[in-house]
Amino acid sequence: MPLDLPSVQLGGIGPEITLTVTALVVLVADAIVGNRMWRWYLAAVASVGLVVAGALAIAAWNTSKLQLAGAIANDDFAVFVKVALAVFGILTVWVAREYVEHEAIEESEFYALVLLAVAGMMLMAAAADLIVMFLALETFSIALYVLVGSRRRSLEAQESAMKYFLLGAFSSAFFLLGIALAYGATGTTNLYSVSQGVASQGITGFLGSTPASDLGLLSLGAVLLIVGLGFKIAAVPFHMWTPDAYQGAPSPVTGFMAAATKIAAFAAILRLFDAILFPLRWDWRPLVIGIAIVTMIAGSVAAIVQEDVKRMLAYSSIAHAGFVLTGVIAANDQGVSGALFYLATYGLTVVGAFAVIAVLAGRDERRVRLTDYKGLFYDHPLLAGALTLFMLSLGGVPVTSGFIGKLLVFGAAVNAGYAWVSVIGVLASSVAMFFYLRVMVVMYMQEGDEARPASSVGSLAGGVIALCAAATVFFGLAWGPLFEVAQKATFFAGG
Amino acid sequence: MSGAVLLNIVIFVPLAGAILVGLMPKNRPELARLAALVVTVVTFVLSIALLVQFKTGEAGFQFVSHRRWIPQFGVGYTTGIDGISLWMVMLTTFLMPLGVLASWTITSRVKPYFAFLLALETGMLGVFSAIDMFLFYVFWEAVLIPMYFLIGMWGYERRIYAAMKFLLFTLVGSLLMLIAILALAFAARGPLTFDYRSLLSTPLSLSTQRLLFLGFFASFAVKVPLVPLHTWLPDAHTEAPTAGSVMLAGVLLKMGAYGLIRFAIPLFPDAAREFVPLMMALAIIGIVYGALVAIVQRDLKRLVAYSSVAHLGFIVLGIFVGTIQGMTGGILQMLNHGLSTGALFLLVGAIYDRRHTRQIAEFGGLARSIPILAGIFLFVLLSSIGLPGLNGFVGEFLILVGTFFRYRWWVVPAAFGIVLAAIYLLWAYQRVFQGEITREENRTLRDINLREVAMLAPVVALIVFIGVYPKPFLDRIEPSAARVVQTLRHTSVVSGSSSAARVP
Repeated sequence: MPLDLPSVQLGGIGPEITLTVTALVVLVADAIVGNRMWRWYLAAVASVGLVVAGALAIAAWNTSKLQLAGAIANDDFAVFVKVALAVFGILTVWVAREYVEHEAIEESEFYALVLLAVAGMMLMAAAADLIVMFLALETFSIALYVLVGSRRRSLEAQESAMKYFLLGAFSSAFFLLGIALAYGATGTTNLYSVSQGVASQGITGFLGSTPASDLGLLSLGAVLLIVGLGFKIAAVPFHMWTPDAYQGAPSPVTGFMAAATKIAAFAAILRLFDAILFPLRWDWRPLVIGIAIVTMIAGSVAAIVQEDVKRMLAYSSIAHAGFVLTGVIAANDQGVSGALFYLATYGLTVVGAFAVIAVLAGRDERRVRLTDYKGLFYDHPLLAGALTLFMLSLGGVPVTSGFIGKLLVFGAAVNAGYAWVSVIGVLASSVAMFFYLRVMVVMYMQEGDEARPASSVGSLAGGVIALCAAATVFFGLAWGPLFEVAQKATFFAGG
Repeated sequence: MSGAVLLNIVIFVPLAGAILVGLMPKNRPELARLAALVVTVVTFVLSIALLVQFKTGEAGFQFVSHRRWIPQFGVGYTTGIDGISLWMVMLTTFLMPLGVLASWTITSRVKPYFAFLLALETGMLGVFSAIDMFLFYVFWEAVLIPMYFLIGMWGYERRIYAAMKFLLFTLVGSLLMLIAILALAFAARGPLTFDYRSLLSTPLSLSTQRLLFLGFFASFAVKVPLVPLHTWLPDAHTEAPTAGSVMLAGVLLKMGAYGLIRFAIPLFPDAAREFVPLMMALAIIGIVYGALVAIVQRDLKRLVAYSSVAHLGFIVLGIFVGTIQGMTGGILQMLNHGLSTGALFLLVGAIYDRRHTRQIAEFGGLARSIPILAGIFLFVLLSSIGLPGLNGFVGEFLILVGTFFRYRWWVVPAAFGIVLAAIYLLWAYQRVFQGEITREENRTLRDINLREVAMLAPVVALIVFIGVYPKPFLDRIEPSAARVVQTLRHTSVVSGSSSAARVP
């Protein structure tokens, strides 16, 4: 019997392959060449790899095809997310360049892990098969577990890596069980290819092959998938790891997690729920609304009492997951494009914010408490100005990108008839404004700290901060083009 | 130069000035001061040119300019002014140089101070000139940040608390307005747009109108402020540096009243009509409550702050009574209050500069040591009470007459409010300026200096001018005011109703 072999077009995962190879090159180069060369060559190699991966991803724009036996969907949606991930990866490498030196982190390992994490996340964005999605999830998660614990001198970092790993493994189990239930209901793990022909029932794709009697089982599977992915986006009540992991991780990694993990996991959520499980939206929407509301409120309220800046931004990132979920709830094109815009611009802002924190933290990240920022404006007006901009953007004040993101997702929810969720959202974001303002109070309105060591801002980290600040303003004023791209990226393969 | 271009220049000259000041050397504070003064004076002169070009007797927007901004989301950069916003723009540009002069005594962190003050001006001018509602919202919020820093960095003892409270109160209101703006834009037929003039003809069911009106109202009522949303005001006004208080009372409060006139009433006339009794009740409560609380204040600045609550009550009353006299008087009173209360804050600031206290009990008999300042204080105070011949009288009289035409009995508590104003202001004057000097340190105070003359003389002149000859002001206000009154009384946009043809 001839085997029906699928055609393997490796081009479909070109960016991921590029990143994996680059990761290996970085490791081997460090082993062979060591540090005899130009100090920046490892960072340069990693950056080139990320640029090439991003370029390869862009090449798939507007082609929208299912590849590798329908396991990979290189649609515009995936391209958008992949490019954003490549950008976050590059920025992270640059912020980390000087950071790894004074924290005595093995530079090549650090870059390799970042590259592998980005590879996993990119795969996640394009996954058209639940098994591939799980594979991607594990790839980037494992890389992140190690990155979180990479400050080996710090006991705190070890603790948070352990917590993150244990809870992460737990959530993976939920995700896997969700896949099993979905498979039981539909007889396939593929999201698109199986059942284009069963459209007569009015439902296409993944759901098409599901007998009506098994829809309940599929819904249950969907709930477990929400749990697994909710863990990665740090939605309440699956957020317990976030404050600890964000606090213990090296600051560049924290920024990377907030930006990249979020967009990758949300990519999976948007694809699964707003595209594939769209016909079941009346089943999953109430649950997601509940999650969104508690996430927005709990994240905003809990952040108020934090004294550690990284921990505060961890709770803030939880609240932001809730805000983006209002776009998911809308389950319309506006919601998806709004969420994409939100995640891309939030990522740039948060990477910048953690770059400032990394620069100010000093050796062993000793200075990350709010009180360490006293009078910062008078010592480092530019750093304080940049951080102010990031805080205003996170708070959603106009002329920053954060405002536009909120405008788009809340607007989508209003348009879908969920104005009341948006009202809760804006109330939560005014609560959140309180702690962003606290940072400004400390920096501008309190007397300077005599004990502050003069922190030197490396040129690369400084460049990242400047870039992120510029992006935050740019996408707050001239946000039209990015919005248009996000709208175009809202078309799903086969959808 | 065409008026449209000129208007945009007026809006953005202060911002350019703010950037310029920001780039100046740190060790030359006098340069920053001088630059701020020049920029604000230039802005005022340019706005005079705007006033000259303004066509009296037209109700619609003039100097309209439109640029595409975010076509993908229907957002445009659209500006223009009518008879209502004209005077708000003029008030802003007029008070700004005075605020800069009052800030001469700021000695710490001079550069960022003036940069924030100038940035604030662009925000305020933008609020009054924006026709696109997205743009309006951007300017509306953009005002908050500089003011937050002005209060928080250069304010008095409880400045951080006051700054935080000011920003959070306003933010909650304005975010609810944002949701209402979005809902309105999505409810409109045709391609998505945020242009105020297109959105005016949006048919909405009565229940939707009510919700959206309340969304806008949340934002404007905090800003005005109406009791019980006023609690941020005494803190912010008292703790802010003098120029900050002048801008808060003079301009920022007017943004709330302006929003009611410009947006809340014309966009949702049916709901507004329904809410008229509630609005008038809140206005009367504000008048009486603000006055009563002002009487018992021990802090002179806080007393002036509470007087704003009462005065703004009058303005809201005039806006909602639904007569041309009431509306015109309300808008003129917005201008008057900006001048009188602005001047009172300037004077309180001048006294604070000399004595470093605002406690009424610390003063007494100041008329003996600083007679000229005391005289000006009395003069401004009388204008605030509404003495005939001064500006306050014209506005309050028009409001009361307008109210009398439609709601005879509501005039009684409102007029009672004027009596209360006489009580708290004159009693405060008596305690601060009259009698014997009871404290030694009050005996040797310097009287008015040249800078303060330059800062107070223009206000005093304008107070008399409006009091004696208000016609040029009223002529320009009336057509636009009449149109809003017409909308409030007769227009219906309830979806399906045949009278959806509207007077924009």
